[in-house]
Amino acid sequence: MFKKVLIANRGEIAVRVIRACRELGITSVAVYSDVDRASLHVRKADEAYHIGPAAAAESYLNIPKILDVARRSGAEAIHPGYGFLSENAKFAQACVDAGIKFIGPTAASMEMMGSKTRARQHMEKAGVPFVPGTSRALESFHEAEQVAARIGYPVMLKAAAGGGGKGMRLVGSPDELESALQAARSEAQRSFGDTEVYIEKYIVNPRHIEMQVLADEHGNCVWLGERECSIQRRHQKVLEESPSPLVDPDMRRRMGEIAVRVAKAANYTNAGTVEFLSDQEKNFHFLEMNTRLQVEHPVTELITGLDLVHLQIRIAAGEKLPFSQDQVQIRGHAMECRIYAEDPDNNYFPSPGKITLLLAPSGPGIRRDSGMYEGWTVPIDYDPLLAKLIGYGTDRKQTMGRLIRALNEYFVGGIKTNISLFRRILNDPDFQAGKLDTGYLDRLLVLSSGAIPAASKGSEIAAIAAGLFAVLEPIVPSSNGASPSGAGNGRSSWKRAARAEGLRSG
Amino acid sequence: MTYEVIIDGKSHRLELERADGLWQCRLDGGEIRLDAVLARRDVLSVLIDGKAYEVKRERTPTDMHLWVGGERFAAELRDPRSLRSRKGTAADEHGAKQLVAPMPGKVVRVLAPPQTEVEAGQGVIVVEAMKMQNELKSPKKGIVQKVLAAEGARVNAGDVLAIVE
Repeated sequence: MFKKVLIANRGEIAVRVIRACRELGITSVAVYSDVDRASLHVRKADEAYHIGPAAAAESYLNIPKILDVARRSGAEAIHPGYGFLSENAKFAQACVDAGIKFIGPTAASMEMMGSKTRARQHMEKAGVPFVPGTSRALESFHEAEQVAARIGYPVMLKAAAGGGGKGMRLVGSPDELESALQAARSEAQRSFGDTEVYIEKYIVNPRHIEMQVLADEHGNCVWLGERECSIQRRHQKVLEESPSPLVDPDMRRRMGEIAVRVAKAANYTNAGTVEFLSDQEKNFHFLEMNTRLQVEHPVTELITGLDLVHLQIRIAAGEKLPFSQDQVQIRGHAMECRIYAEDPDNNYFPSPGKITLLLAPSGPGIRRDSGMYEGWTVPIDYDPLLAKLIGYGTDRKQTMGRLIRALNEYFVGGIKTNISLFRRILNDPDFQAGKLDTGYLDRLLVLSSGAIPAASKGSEIAAIAAGLFAVLEPIVPSSNGASPSGAGNGRSSWKRAARAEGLRSG
Repeated sequence: MTYEVIIDGKSHRLELERADGLWQCRLDGGEIRLDAVLARRDVLSVLIDGKAYEVKRERTPTDMHLWVGGERFAAELRDPRSLRSRKGTAADEHGAKQLVAPMPGKVVRVLAPPQTEVEAGQGVIVVEAMKMQNELKSPKKGIVQKVLAAEGARVNAGDVLAIVE
């Protein structure tokens, strides 16, 4: 087993991995940029080293600097977390070359899965089901026309090097195809420096369901159950759960076996996730493989009783998987809410700043993986994910009840968060009935949030409380006008009121 | 103490008075007697006829929301005696309008430099935070009088970035 591991990441995932290291008796090494000196992962680690300015390209993505810290600190292995360098094959190879173990798959596996068209070519050979379409880049508009006619409209154009929804175009009819192809190509060029675009049948109301796999370096590979990730916005996941309300034991087993086949075809090692697109009739198709630990890994941990980060580290240290597929048991239900620094009143735009008050939930069936603390200023430079609130229960209904209860206890002051969004989702009848697809959240947000009657008891209490707060804890305008605890601008009625008071008494 | 309280856009008249360690409160004419304790900063425990409410105050440099249990309300408090300041606000509606940064970030582009004519809803300045760009739009038709933040500048929530008149 390793004595020392470097965590090449920040935020909640760095804290998560540092905790696993501590539990295993491994010394943890954190790295941080200029704006992360006061971040939680720096405090939780045994050692911490500065690696550069706020810009990720000069710090968390800077391979020579991170390897230099690993060498200087004597770390034997690097855990990349998710994002940043986690799916960078060059980094995985650079670690090998530097004699440091990369906790994840090999560079070769990553490269195979990194290009969607190449991954598809390999997986088709392994008999993995795909959404009908081309497995390589379109050569001409003529080819696009022919393929689209064969598989039937609507079709989706996708950038081969794509991700996060960039370079994607939905085409409903033949007359839209030519302009959509041009648009997808130019967006792919701008975003990824690569004009390769392929074509697929568009699945109406699809569900995004993924399968966790775990493979050791001795040829053993298991699947650990699916995660339903259909609740998305801007192609980013917001809420995930396991088991999926759609998946029955037979579908789970078939999906699991295919995921293991995918992993084996890629000579995959360590933790990975095979993503599928499923229609509402349980026909599922391979999308891609994520060659890293996922943000939403805790839901799988809760329903299997396994610690995926422990297992990642043990596998990287050369251990065999300590259990077989038959011994994996799925029990209960888990659901994760991604708490983002986002403003619900401003189209969920990121909203960093200083956290002036933090009340954290606890109690039965609640797990919280967090990178924030009261008094911390959330930097403007990185992802807005602050924490993950995960509920666990005997069944889906109990889990939802626990999460709603915990969300009521959760409070982050000073910045805006999307906590209120989860209450809406969890109280929505369609969500409760498990009627999910990737368009669900956009539809929910189009509906007015007017579910709360204007003259509810709550609004009366709020009106009274506004006055009580003013009497019991008046807000003092800050001197620099920039502090989040003060009323910093002329629009604030608090400040207007305070000024008016001041004028009268003066 | 008398306040004008605006909850989710609806105005209420609120009078508060201490009474034997409790609060006597008149909200839009209705009388309520209640017990209130400030449990910690921004957290209030309210008891009304045995019913318990926890109210949390979410404040940022630009606005305030109150949470009652799981419900979130936009809240604004005015002292009805300070009529002058309110008239000032009203005058602003017809004159100069400010563009305020809704969150901390970095100015990446100025779309409408000073003296540009803009329509209501036209983009004036782009602020980036957490890898996303937010185009701040002109609240009215008019002329950009001032741009107070240069491209590349870091700004705080509540900072005035431009004035349109």
